[in-house]
Amino acid sequence: MSKRLLSLCSLALVFAVMVGSFAPTARAQDDLSGSLEIFSWWAGNEGPALEALLALYGEQHPGVEVINATVAGGSGVNARAVLKTRMEGGEPPDSFQVHAGQELIGTWVAAERMEDLTFLFEEQGWFDVFPEGLIDLLSTEEGIWSVPVNIHRSNVLWYNPAKVAEWGIEVPATWDDFLAVCPAIQDAGVTPLVVGEAWTVNHLWESVALGVLGAEGWNGIWTGETDVMGEEFLAVWDTFGKVLECSNFGEDNAGLPWEQAIDRVVDGSAAFNVMGDWAAGYLTTTLELVPGEGFGYAPAPGTDGVFLMLSDSFGLPVGAPNRDAAVAWLALLGSKEGQDAFNPLKGSIPARTDGDVTNPELYNSYLQSAAADWATDTIVGSLVHGAAANENFAGNFGTVVDLFTASGAPEAAAAEFMALCESSGACGG
Amino acid sequence: MYNRKDKTIAFLMISPSLILLAIFVYFFIGQTAWYSVSDWGVDPATALKKGVEKNYVGLDNYHTLMSSASDYEFRLAFISTFYFTIFFLGSCLILGFFLAFLLDQRIKGEGVFRTIFLFPMSLSFVVTGTIWNWLLKPRGGLNILPNKIFGADPLEYKWLNSDSTLFKFEWMQGGNLFYLGIALFAFALFTFVAQKRSLSWFWVVAAGLVLWLISAAGFWGKIWLPIDDPVRDIGTYQGYGYNAALSGIVIAATWQMAGYVMALFLAGIRGISEELREAARVDGCAEWQVYMHIILPQLRPIALSAIIILGHISLKIFDLVYAMTGIDNKYVKVPGILMIKGFRSNEWARSSAVAMVMLFAISLVIIPYLWSNLRTEKR
Repeated sequence: MSKRLLSLCSLALVFAVMVGSFAPTARAQDDLSGSLEIFSWWAGNEGPALEALLALYGEQHPGVEVINATVAGGSGVNARAVLKTRMEGGEPPDSFQVHAGQELIGTWVAAERMEDLTFLFEEQGWFDVFPEGLIDLLSTEEGIWSVPVNIHRSNVLWYNPAKVAEWGIEVPATWDDFLAVCPAIQDAGVTPLVVGEAWTVNHLWESVALGVLGAEGWNGIWTGETDVMGEEFLAVWDTFGKVLECSNFGEDNAGLPWEQAIDRVVDGSAAFNVMGDWAAGYLTTTLELVPGEGFGYAPAPGTDGVFLMLSDSFGLPVGAPNRDAAVAWLALLGSKEGQDAFNPLKGSIPARTDGDVTNPELYNSYLQSAAADWATDTIVGSLVHGAAANENFAGNFGTVVDLFTASGAPEAAAAEFMALCESSGACGG
Repeated sequence: MYNRKDKTIAFLMISPSLILLAIFVYFFIGQTAWYSVSDWGVDPATALKKGVEKNYVGLDNYHTLMSSASDYEFRLAFISTFYFTIFFLGSCLILGFFLAFLLDQRIKGEGVFRTIFLFPMSLSFVVTGTIWNWLLKPRGGLNILPNKIFGADPLEYKWLNSDSTLFKFEWMQGGNLFYLGIALFAFALFTFVAQKRSLSWFWVVAAGLVLWLISAAGFWGKIWLPIDDPVRDIGTYQGYGYNAALSGIVIAATWQMAGYVMALFLAGIRGISEELREAARVDGCAEWQVYMHIILPQLRPIALSAIIILGHISLKIFDLVYAMTGIDNKYVKVPGILMIKGFRSNEWARSSAVAMVMLFAISLVIIPYLWSNLRTEKR
């Protein structure tokens, strides 16, 4: 080693010590070292939120080299395939992103490839800060399997307040209300409800089902208590069919991204849209609209007081190469500090109920109202976004909807739903 | 001619690629074949368990694909591919020949036109698919063109999302006929090759294969069972057949490959000696008769090559469809798309079975071609 390099190194060391001693972070820096590989699908728009978390981790554990392994692709379609080959090949990342709930439990917990995180929840006192309904979705009888970072809501109805006032209609409180007001909207030459490509139709279905069945009936599907061939469930399909008739389904919805679907609500060529609350991020950031003025929101018809949630979470695979660093990562994710750093950038709300959600600099008025609902509403899990049903069921659910829309027969759809329940084992029993 | 040393060196030179081929092609084909007759992923709970036990289940997976109501997707995909191949081949050959015919008129700037027509081939299917997806959108591209130019009402043609089905048949009645159709197609291809190469023993092999196909159909009668619950079979409502939503894909694929066929035909036409044409004209042939009786017959081997090349592209088409309609389009299905879906729902055995059916379909086209090539080269 040359003298010059040596002196540079010592200079750097002195500098580091100085910075370290004056650093404002009260949190003790530890002696964790090695590396930490974080596997996720947060690239592009969602990249900065992850970067903020990684920077925070770097501050707390400067000895750890963080490897950000992202595989781009909406809602993780590509990332999940890569993850499966890596896990099969015996090379798990230290921690990976997964939709909280059955997407994790049905695949990786059932495969006995995850570590129970109950110890971490106890150590960090998380049982007091995460809602009980959420912890239920993350758990099986054997343990708790992942740490939720953020919360999104699936059952939100979006509309344009100015237009709705102009047409003289009220925001429907139930699906029957919606069907009642539908002909009037159609007469005005406006699409009552806009849907987009295939998955957004499935997304609509879960809000319709929740609206018709209620929270208890919805949860009953996944425990086997709701009879999926019964009268009430047939009514779900019946209502869904009528709702689709009030939409652009079958006309020009194929291949229509959700952003362009909601654009039609904004420009007034459609009245309503059911989409998850990532739409709020698009409406406020990309379209620069003010919540409540440029766009309005309400719980999807019939789902007031119920929060159909989905959540990104991270788990700890068995055999993670740097387990200690990964546990520290999970501890950061669940901390108030971590959640308040991540969520404002992601456009979601913290899973913790004690987040800094009333701070208007961090959370806009939509997110504040969502956070208020999160603290009080009944929490149920989304089917389409991985919380309520395993990957086999969620992956094949689209064929049930296809069958229904081709046949228009609730009985055929219900029978197919039943068959899928049995083959995937997603509906309890 | 060759001494021993030459042979050793030659063998050493090709052995790396032989070994790699053996591992990365044939071994994995074998592995896929094994998964397709196993129960891996049939129970989703154990799909990704470490060291999961994979049990031999015979042809159950194939049976399910062919007869369960939930797997109508596969049957739609299989039949769609068949129709797609026919329409894609047909339109490429006709358009390609027509372009070659036009360019053969010794026009000015032939080189420029040749480049223009051949150019789409240099794009990847994903690029073609993305562009044509924009063009064929329900509210975009071609449909709003009349509006942009003349201010007329935009068209509402559903290029990629039409739900009408042509040439419909019921799977339960038509399924067997469909297979017979495929067997006859294979038979026709064999006879074509046999005739071309004037190999009489080829007839025997061809006939043997057809018999084998038919008897296999009988032997695996299990596969040919009717749908387990026709009421839930989407084909009952939609009908199995040529789905009009495929036409968008056919247009895009033809746009990309017709120029290539043109180049093949043009080279073929130029290879025919001018004296032959002259002679025909002297004998009093009209120009269309020259094409009918002199040029077309001599282009037969080129047509065969084009059919083989386009045929194997279209049977395994995936990227174009993926880029144009995505995985979840209700109307457009091809087997490759279903394999990707298998990754989403952890159905490894089912996906492998889909892959094996595709392999079988493609080998029906490729094997006779390779075989006849091999025989010709030996002679």
